[in-house]
Amino acid sequence: MRIGLVLALSALVGLALGAAVLRIAGAPPPVDLPAAVGDALVRSGVDNPVTAVLLNFRAYDTLLEVAVLVIAGVAALSPERATPLAAPALRSANILLHALVAWFVPLMLVLAAYLVWAGGHRPGGAFQAGAVLAAAGVLMRLAGVPLHVLGNDLRFRAGLVLGLATLLLVALLGASSGGGFLAYPPALAGTLILVVEVLLALSIALVLLVLFVSAPPSDGDAASTGDEGV
Amino acid sequence: MIDLWLDMLLVFALLATAAAALCSRDLFRAVVLFIAFGLLMALGWVRLEAPDVALAEAAIGAGLTGVLLLDAAGHFRGRRRNSGEEGKGE
Repeated sequence: MRIGLVLALSALVGLALGAAVLRIAGAPPPVDLPAAVGDALVRSGVDNPVTAVLLNFRAYDTLLEVAVLVIAGVAALSPERATPLAAPALRSANILLHALVAWFVPLMLVLAAYLVWAGGHRPGGAFQAGAVLAAAGVLMRLAGVPLHVLGNDLRFRAGLVLGLATLLLVALLGASSGGGFLAYPPALAGTLILVVEVLLALSIALVLLVLFVSAPPSDGDAASTGDEGV
Repeated sequence: MIDLWLDMLLVFALLATAAAALCSRDLFRAVVLFIAFGLLMALGWVRLEAPDVALAEAAIGAGLTGVLLLDAAGHFRGRRRNSGEEGKGE
């Protein structure tokens, strides 16, 4: 009976959502955004419209997004009972993983570098590259490869905020030179965006990695495998 | 024509994995289905000609969220096992 109610409710909501989507899709767009972006693309410093929107036209949104990520990372670091970051307490015993890490991690590093660089003119960018970097870190962590960068508190924390700090600095520089908050000087826009993207990718990777790493080791695992944890 | 059939298959697979992930009673199973859903969703974004979103979905939605969810599911499992041993009277 409860299943029937749930099904009826979801069918109702689904129908309403579908009708709304059709209605929105049918209406003519109030502003022709693709054309507007296309017109301004020449001045943005990059060739990829998505990157131009994310890091130039609407860089303010990206700034706030990254701020949210950094706050999440700091919050993940703060519980006192979190494991020391460098300790490989959650080592997996999977032999296949150990063998694959040596192959995958270099590939993932190259892929991340490519994604940052590609962001300027084709799909790619800081978030994707950061996610790939973080995934490489997760693999290394699971395989028990010591991550020394996580051990050094000061350097690690600096890396965590590096992207946000750079973006803020660029924004303030734009403001102080009279262009406005987050307005890049047109001649330097391409270079600035590339620098910001590289540093953002590093910071995003560290934040995502710290979210994974700083979780306290599961009590159940420690009890069942006799692993040194907690 | 074949495109249309493949798209329909993709839509069906998306709905099926989403429903299976929501209805699964086993957390681990639900997370694995969610990862499969994320990968199919990335394919869907490619079909919608949004490769940027597809990349982000594959890397963050399917990859890292999946890892974090697996981690969380592992914690829940450990806690449930412990509390099941300690508090059987409840």
